[in-house]
Amino acid sequence: MFKILDKQELAESIIEYTIEARDIARHHHAGQFCIIRVHSHCERIPLSIAETNSQAGTITLVVQIAGHSTQELAQLEAGDSILDVVGPLGQPTKIGSPRRGIFVGGGVGVPAGSSMVRQMKQAGAQVLAIIGFRSKDLIIYEEKMRAVADELVVTTDDGSYGYHGLVTEPLQERLAAGEKYDVVITVGPVVMMRAVAEVTRPYGTHTIASLNPIMVDGTGMCGACRVTVGGETKFACVDGPEFDAHQVDFAELAQRLEIYRDEELRAHEAGPHECRLEQALKELG
Amino acid sequence: MDAKERMKLEPVPMRERDVSERVAGFEEVNRGYSEQEARAEAERCLQCKKAPCREGCPVDVDIPGFICLVCEGRYAEAGLKIKESNAFPAICGRVCPQERQCQATCVLSKQGKPINIGYLERFVGDYLIEYPPEQVGSTAPTGKKVAVVGSGPAGLAAAGDLAKAGHQVTVFEALHEPGGVLIYGIPEFRLPNLTVGHEIQALLEMGVQVRTNTIIGRTLTVPELLGVIGFKAVFLALGAGAPIFLGIEGENLPGVFSANEFLTRVNLMRAFRDDYDTPVQRGRNVVVIGGGNVAMDSCRSALRLGADSVTLLYRRTRAEMPARIEEVRHAEEEGVDFQLLVAPTRFLGRDGRLAAVECLRMELGEPDESGRRRPVPLEGSEFTVEIDQAIVAVGARVNPSARLVMPGMSQDERGHIIVDPETLMTSVEGVFAGGDVIGGEETVIEALSHGRRAARAIDEYLNS
Ligand SMILES: Cc1cc2nc3c(=O)[nH]c(=O)nc-3n(C[C@H](O)[C@H](O)[C@H](O)COP(=O)(O)OP(=O)(O)OC[C@H]3O[C@@H](n4cnc5c(N)ncnc54)[C@H](O)[C@@H]3O)c2cc1C
Ligand SMILES: Cc1cc2nc3c(=O)[nH]c(=O)nc-3n(C[C@H](O)[C@H](O)[C@H](O)COP(=O)(O)OP(=O)(O)OC[C@H]3O[C@@H](n4cnc5c(N)ncnc54)[C@H](O)[C@@H]3O)c2cc1C
Ligand code: SF4
Ligand code: SF4
Ligand code: FES
Repeated sequence: MFKILDKQELAESIIEYTIEARDIARHHHAGQFCIIRVHSHCERIPLSIAETNSQAGTITLVVQIAGHSTQELAQLEAGDSILDVVGPLGQPTKIGSPRRGIFVGGGVGVPAGSSMVRQMKQAGAQVLAIIGFRSKDLIIYEEKMRAVADELVVTTDDGSYGYHGLVTEPLQERLAAGEKYDVVITVGPVVMMRAVAEVTRPYGTHTIASLNPIMVDGTGMCGACRVTVGGETKFACVDGPEFDAHQVDFAELAQRLEIYRDEELRAHEAGPHECRLEQALKELG
Repeated sequence: MDAKERMKLEPVPMRERDVSERVAGFEEVNRGYSEQEARAEAERCLQCKKAPCREGCPVDVDIPGFICLVCEGRYAEAGLKIKESNAFPAICGRVCPQERQCQATCVLSKQGKPINIGYLERFVGDYLIEYPPEQVGSTAPTGKKVAVVGSGPAGLAAAGDLAKAGHQVTVFEALHEPGGVLIYGIPEFRLPNLTVGHEIQALLEMGVQVRTNTIIGRTLTVPELLGVIGFKAVFLALGAGAPIFLGIEGENLPGVFSANEFLTRVNLMRAFRDDYDTPVQRGRNVVVIGGGNVAMDSCRSALRLGADSVTLLYRRTRAEMPARIEEVRHAEEEGVDFQLLVAPTRFLGRDGRLAAVECLRMELGEPDESGRRRPVPLEGSEFTVEIDQAIVAVGARVNPSARLVMPGMSQDERGHIIVDPETLMTSVEGVFAGGDVIGGEETVIEALSHGRRAARAIDEYLNS
C-alpha cells in the first residue's frame, strides 16, 4: 500500500497526488514513469513521475481524469492508499550535454517536463520551455516551469492566456528565425508530439518524444507497448518511453491506442463503482 | 493381488467437465480423483524394485513409495513423501508433461497403460492443501537474510527450502501478485490460482516475506540488497518472460497480441470476470500461432471468451508439438481447428485493424539442430484466412532488462545467466540463479528443482 500524502486539484479533471514511495523516489531519474493500481479489481495505469523528493521519500503524479480507471483513482483522497505502485520504469532521459534545448509540453505532459528541464539545466543548457493548454483554466505547472526554464512560453488553443495558438507555432517561429537548438524534448498527446516532430524535421534538430502507448506490466513481458521506431519494433516500457521523434511511427501509435476504445467507452459510461473499493478491501481481508 | 492381476486392471480415467460446460467458463477442466479412484489407480502400480518411473522424473520423486502410501490410505504421508523431492505436488501433478517424464518410463507404458502418476500426485497434493499437516520442529533461525528475486516456481521452491534451513527470506516480485507464470500465464482451467495461492500462503506461514511491486534493477538493486540492506545471498529466478514475435509484416496491427499480453490480461488481471476492469479483446475469429502449452492455453482461453472459431497454426506436425498431450486433446475436444504444417507470412489490416492473415503451407525437411525436422515452405501455397484476432505464442526469451539486475554478471548470447552447474552461482559472488533464466527444459518441475539446488548451495555458502 502506498499512502497518499497530498492531493491537489490543479485544474478541472487534473489532479496532483503526492505519494509515499521511498524506493521509487530514491531511484527515479527524469523521463521515467510508474504503474499504479488503485484497488484489486483495477487496471494498471502508467503515469509519468513528475517530481520526486528523495528526502521525504515521495513521488508526485499528475493525472488527467480520462476514463474509468483514472476516475477510480480520483476517488482517493489524502490519507487513503493506492494498492500498487511500481517503478521507476523506462529509461532515464538521455540528453547528452546540449548548449540550448527546448521542452515542448502539452496538458498533463507538462509536469513530467519539469524534471527534464531541470536535468537539461544541470547539463549546462539554456532551456526554452513551450507549454500548451486548451484554455486558461487548464494551465498547470506554469510557475514550476518558469522557475526552472530560462524562458517560458505558454500557449492556449483559444487565446484565453499567453500565446494564442498551438505549441508548434512558437516552436516553428524560433526555428524559422534561425535560432539553433541542440535538442527538443516533447511530452504530450500523440498528435502534438507528431506535429512537433514534423516542425523540427526540416531543421534536423534532434527531437525526443516520450511515448505513451497502452501498457500492462511495464517490464518488457507483454509487448502491449510495442512501437515502431526507425522500422524496428521496440517495447516503449523498457526501450523507451523516449525515442527519436523523427523515427517514430506515430500513425501506428495512434492506431494502437484505440485497441480498447469500445470497451473503454462502455466502462466510462458505467462510471466508477462505489461498491468496488469495499469489495476489494474485503478480499484483502 | 499379484503382478499379473494388477496388470489386467484398467487405468482410472480423470473425470472431466463436459465440453459445453468447459467452454462456457474458466473452471478447472479436470475434476480430480476421488479417494476411491485414487486408490484404484494406485492399486495398479507394480511397485517395481528398480522403479524406472523415477528415472523419468527430473526430481526423482519416490513414485512407488508415495503410491504405496496412497494404496494404504495414508495420504498425508504420501504427500510428505513427494515433498521430499517436490515442494508443490498439487501444481506439478497438474502441469508436468508426465507423458514425456515419469509416465513415459513407467514399465506399464509399454502396454500403453502407464500409471497416472500425475493424477495421483495431484490427488495427494490437493489432500495436503485440504488437510495441512502439522509443521514439525522448525530449524533455529540463523539470522541470515537471503533475497529471492522472482516468485515463479524456482523462486518459491528456493524460498521454502531456505526458510526451512532457518534463513530469513524475502521474495521480490515485479508484478502485483506472486507466482510467476503459474499466476499470470497458466490459465485457471488448468491450474487454479487458488491452488498456487495455497502454496504461497504456506510459505508466508513459514515466515517468508513477499514484496510485490519491486523490480530488482529498478526499484532496488542487487548491490543494495547485498550492501546496505544486509542480504547475505541473492537467488535470481527471473524467468524468461520476454515474448518473441514473428517479425512479419503487419504484426503491430491492433488485433495482434503476444500470448503473454493476452494471458496476463485473462489470468493475472482476471479480464474474464465482469467485476474486474481489465479490457481484453474478445475475438470472433481467432488464430493462435505456435504449438506449445502457451499456444494451447491461448486457444482455449479465446474459446472461453466467446470466439466463434479458433484456429491453431503450427508449422510442423502434431508429433513435434511441444505441448502436453492432455492440453492438445482438450483443445481439440473443445473445438480448436488445428492447421498443421502452416506458417503465417503476414498480417493484413483494414481500417486500422487486423483483418486477415496470409499463410504458407510447409513440408518437413531435414532435421535441424533441435533434432526436429525443419519445416520448408511449399512454393505457391499461399492462402489467407479472415480473422479479427491473432495471438502469437512462438516462444519467449530472457528479458533483456535482466542485465540491469546485476550489471557485469555473465550472460550467454541468448541472455541466459551463466551459472556454475553444481552450485548455480553466477559470475558474481553470493549471487545465484535458476529456473528459465538459466535455460534448460523450461518446465515448472525443472524450475522447482533449480530452486531446491540453489537453496542447498546457498545454505552451504552461508555456512562456509
Ligand atoms: C509512459 C506513460 C506515461 C503516462 N503519463 C501520464 C501522466 O503523467 N498523466 C496522465 O494523466 N496520463 C498519463 N499517461 C496516460 C494514462 O496512462 C492514461 O490516460 C490512462 O491509462 C487512461 O486510463 P482510463 O481508464 O482512465 O481511461 P481510458 O478509458 O482507458 O481511456 C480514455 C482515453 O485515454 C486514451 N488512453 C488510454 N490509455 C492511454 C495511454 N496509455 N496513454 C494515452 N492515452 C491513453 C484512450 O484512447 C481514451 O481516449 C501515461 C501513459 C504512459 C504509457
Ligand atoms: C502460458 C504458459 C504455460 C505453461 N505451461 C506449462 C506446463 O503446462 N508445464 C510446465 O512444466 N511448464 C509450463 N510452462 C513453463 C513454465 O511455466 C516455466 O518453465 C516456469 O514457470 C519457469 O519458472 P521460473 O521460476 O524460472 O520463472 P517464472 O515463472 O517466469 O517467474 C519469474 C518471475 O520473476 C519475476 N521477475 C522477473 N524479473 C524480475 C526482477 N528484475 N525483479 C523482480 N521480479 C522479477 C517475474 O515477474 C515473474 O513473476 C508454461 C509457460 C507459460 C508461459
Ligand atoms: S514431479 Fe512431475 S515428473 Fe516427477 S513424478 Fe511428479 S508429475 Fe511425474
Ligand atoms: S514403473 Fe510404473 S508400475 Fe513400476 S513402480 Fe513406477 S509407477 Fe509403479
Ligand atoms: S508494457 Fe508490457 S512489455 Fe511494455
